[in-house]
Amino acid sequence: MSDMTSQPEIERFDHGSITAVPARLKKRRASEFRLKTYGIIAISIAALALVSLLWSVVFKASYAMTEHYIVADVTLDAETLEIDEDTAADQIVRGDYDAVTTEMLRDLFPMASGRTERRALKDLVSGGAAFELGDVVAADPDLVGETVSFAFLASDVTDLYLKNEYGRLVEKDVSGKLSVSEAAEGDLVISTSTNDFAEALETVKRHLYEDADSLRVKAARQANAVSVYTERAEAAETEEDRATLMAKAEKARVAEQALLDEAAALEDRAAGAGGSETVDDENISLLIKAGGGWIRLSELNRSQARGEMLTGVSLPIENETEWQFFTTTMPEASRKVSDNQIVWIETLRERDQIEEVFNWRFFTSADSRAPELAGIRGALVGSLLTMLVTFALAFPIGVLGAIYLEEFAPKNRFTNFIEVNINNLAAVPSIVFGLLGLAVFLNVFGVPRSAPLAGGIVLALMTLPTIIIAARAAIQAVPPSIREAALGVGASNVQASFHHVLPLAMPGILTGTIIGMAQALGETAPLIMIGMVAFIVEVPTSITDSASVLPVQVFRWSDFPERAFEARTAAAICVLLVFLVLMNLLAIVLRRRFERRW
Amino acid sequence: MVFTLTLVIFVLAVAAYMASRRRALQIGGDAPATLHSRPSYHGLHSLLWVLIAGWGILIVLVMFGNWWITSSLMSDIGEALPDKEYIEHQLILSDARAISEGRISSVSDPLRERIAGRFSTMSAVHTWALIVGSLGAALLAGYLSYSRVAVEWRARNHSENVIRSILLVTAAIAILTTIGIILSLVFETFRFFEAIDWQLHKYLFGTTWSPLSGVFEGKLDAEKVGALPLFAGTLLITAIAMLVAVPVGLFAAIYLSDFASSSVRSVAKPMLEVLAGIPTVVYGFFAAITLAPFLRDSGEAIGIQVASESALAAGIVMGIMIIPFISSLSDDVINAVPQTLRDGSLAVGATRAETIRQVVLPAALPGIVSAVLLGISRAIGETMIVVMAAGQGANLTANPLEAVTTVTVQIVALITGDTEASTAAGPAFTLGFTLFVMTLLMNMAAQRLVAKYRERYD
Repeated sequence: MSDMTSQPEIERFDHGSITAVPARLKKRRASEFRLKTYGIIAISIAALALVSLLWSVVFKASYAMTEHYIVADVTLDAETLEIDEDTAADQIVRGDYDAVTTEMLRDLFPMASGRTERRALKDLVSGGAAFELGDVVAADPDLVGETVSFAFLASDVTDLYLKNEYGRLVEKDVSGKLSVSEAAEGDLVISTSTNDFAEALETVKRHLYEDADSLRVKAARQANAVSVYTERAEAAETEEDRATLMAKAEKARVAEQALLDEAAALEDRAAGAGGSETVDDENISLLIKAGGGWIRLSELNRSQARGEMLTGVSLPIENETEWQFFTTTMPEASRKVSDNQIVWIETLRERDQIEEVFNWRFFTSADSRAPELAGIRGALVGSLLTMLVTFALAFPIGVLGAIYLEEFAPKNRFTNFIEVNINNLAAVPSIVFGLLGLAVFLNVFGVPRSAPLAGGIVLALMTLPTIIIAARAAIQAVPPSIREAALGVGASNVQASFHHVLPLAMPGILTGTIIGMAQALGETAPLIMIGMVAFIVEVPTSITDSASVLPVQVFRWSDFPERAFEARTAAAICVLLVFLVLMNLLAIVLRRRFERRW
Repeated sequence: MVFTLTLVIFVLAVAAYMASRRRALQIGGDAPATLHSRPSYHGLHSLLWVLIAGWGILIVLVMFGNWWITSSLMSDIGEALPDKEYIEHQLILSDARAISEGRISSVSDPLRERIAGRFSTMSAVHTWALIVGSLGAALLAGYLSYSRVAVEWRARNHSENVIRSILLVTAAIAILTTIGIILSLVFETFRFFEAIDWQLHKYLFGTTWSPLSGVFEGKLDAEKVGALPLFAGTLLITAIAMLVAVPVGLFAAIYLSDFASSSVRSVAKPMLEVLAGIPTVVYGFFAAITLAPFLRDSGEAIGIQVASESALAAGIVMGIMIIPFISSLSDDVINAVPQTLRDGSLAVGATRAETIRQVVLPAALPGIVSAVLLGISRAIGETMIVVMAAGQGANLTANPLEAVTTVTVQIVALITGDTEASTAAGPAFTLGFTLFVMTLLMNMAAQRLVAKYRERYD
């Protein structure tokens, strides 16, 4: 090494004393141990990251494994469907199946009244269920006028409730006898013979305290804002700035006070010992099931309560021992499923009208705005077409380019320039390739936007360096004796390369190509640039149709606000990962089976 | 149409191959050895020329034809409505195209009808030109090649020369790609700087980024194109990523190359490869759905306010993404340090840790630095993680708990936003160009370091 003259930094130690050796040795061993530990920690961090990443994806995806159906008898009344004898066969599918579905739900739960409640009732079933019913009837027009049993696809809210995504319904122990009577129109008075509501009352009060606490946290934030604005106001340069900042500070102070007042009021309410407590939608819901129906409590003390009827309860109830008392774990205001809907779904479940099946739809349907209807078929086909284009372009060009560089290129500046270019292209950010595709292929050459053709070209240019580099390595690995033997028996250079070197290098080239294609399959950013983020409902049939691809589908879904899309995003990721694993396995198998070492 | 023609030309080429081969066989007759080239080379020569002539003319005609139709129709529209904006001309053209193809257009008026009529005629002419031109060229090439088949015709040498030229062209596609990237970026960047009157410092050092809010008559508000917050945000996230990736990646590489038993290595190495193979959109999902809420909640639990799109979450996940990159590159250079250096150090009584710290690492340092540089360049150009997990608003801060935006996030926001493409392209491509230059410089530096380092031991 060059710096032999400079003195390396070595601790000065006493060479004379033999007693110093063990201590020094201990120190040196400790430092060795430390370095080793750092290494193990580093590996563990990487493993932890991988496991938590995969776990969070698989766990979230498990919510999309199944879908729920509501099985119910539906009367296909010709009048409601707006179908008569004159309706042409191909018009039957256009009947008003929505109305039939709504009627079916109203027959199930006649108590639902008012706009909000009816809307909530309708939201139990997916908007797509009516279309499916239409398809069934269109296939068999004789069904019109009959009553048939049909499985209606549940909406995303129903589905998630059934998967316990909105908390659970907890049953409380009850020992007393229940009496319910109607005090006024819709106002029920409930009492039990023992203190059955005491525990629930505690929970309700605890919830009030928790709310008060979170209000105080918000108030503290406002207090912080007050001090920040005041500080800035003092440092402000112009009178105007100061005035606006002071106004902001004042506003934050008012907000802080309001929050503190609210918190104090909540705590006062909760502290009022023993008395009765109102339960609003900010608090957990309390539900009683008795007399063949459900009651929601709006006010309670330890043994008495007031409430309203949600589904038909035969009144009055006196000293009934057969009753159940439930609480939810989440307040109604913070979940998308209302108390009414919970009661309806529970009733359906009890009547055995809910069916859970494996979510095949996810693989057979294309994108949709409604999460329960959305599937990945369109994206899968789009990915496949894009990969075909990429392969058709990148593989031949990459292999031929590699052969040129390895076998024919003269050692000159031009060849050197090509090599520098390839190495640099391999490290250009993918989004820049997207910009290239947008500017050159879309705007200049007029390749259709959002099409697998455009995506395939861009990804091919992106994968090209990977394939060339892998192919060159594979060609280099073929021993020169093969080529020399071919040349020796009179083959030309081209013949030696194509007939002898290339076949031997092929397994290596294919391995590199598959790995490059796997990269391209997961690539998102350049495809977003060329407009593959559009919402496309149809499954593409050719490389010039508008299409989406799997990773872009993941990106789009992850942006949607509906909770159910989160699970579907994770499921789409799982499908993507399965394909990547398969491709990599194929590469490994190829390498194992065909790779030769000379 | 184009697809059918491509197929037809291919079929023609195969036919030409068979014809020439048969003719060569007939000429050779009883004494095939008198032929200079074997019959299949006569066939190959015809095949190559038919494909080159047919496909070449086809590509040229498609590109030229589209340009011809668009530009002549646009100039027609321009003459008819000289005082309308360019974008409206484009709108009229696309309407006219829709009318002529029998689709539904937003508006239809005499001008659009007239343009639609011209469009139909021109595209009919174009289609016929495509058919006649490409098939004619293919047939002509086939005939010429076929007629040359003779005993002394050096078909093999000629086709090998053609093949060599094809090889050269495929290798040069890398150069074409680079040129394409540079041209497309430079063109829009030039227009962007023109629109802000070449106040480059306003772009590089301005602190307000809101490029689309001040658009007026093709001019941008130079006060609102300050990309400094974007650069700072990119830098912040990159720094966090490297703080995660460099120590973890480097220690993992050291451990795997010098300490780990082969069984540990056989588990740990594939694990790192799996980490490297996960698409970035999955990392983005993880950052946005799992890590960011986790950080926000744990911050809340100890009384610190963490933005839900904090730079920290995006940075950490980006760091995880870069770990395998750093570790595999460092592993390569650490393994490339000659064993003799290690043996020498061990022989004079150094422990393994001392050998690594005082012999291996100094020798491998240039390679490690280049790995870090490549990691940084990858972090700067990474898009999906930051698009999904970092913020949108330009925010000049060094606090990792706040939301910052990056260059790539803004490119995506501009290109996919609602603003018309011609306005948003300027700032977007300028950012892209900046990104390209930054990563290019870093890659070149890294490559140079590696090249220098290799010289020392070869």
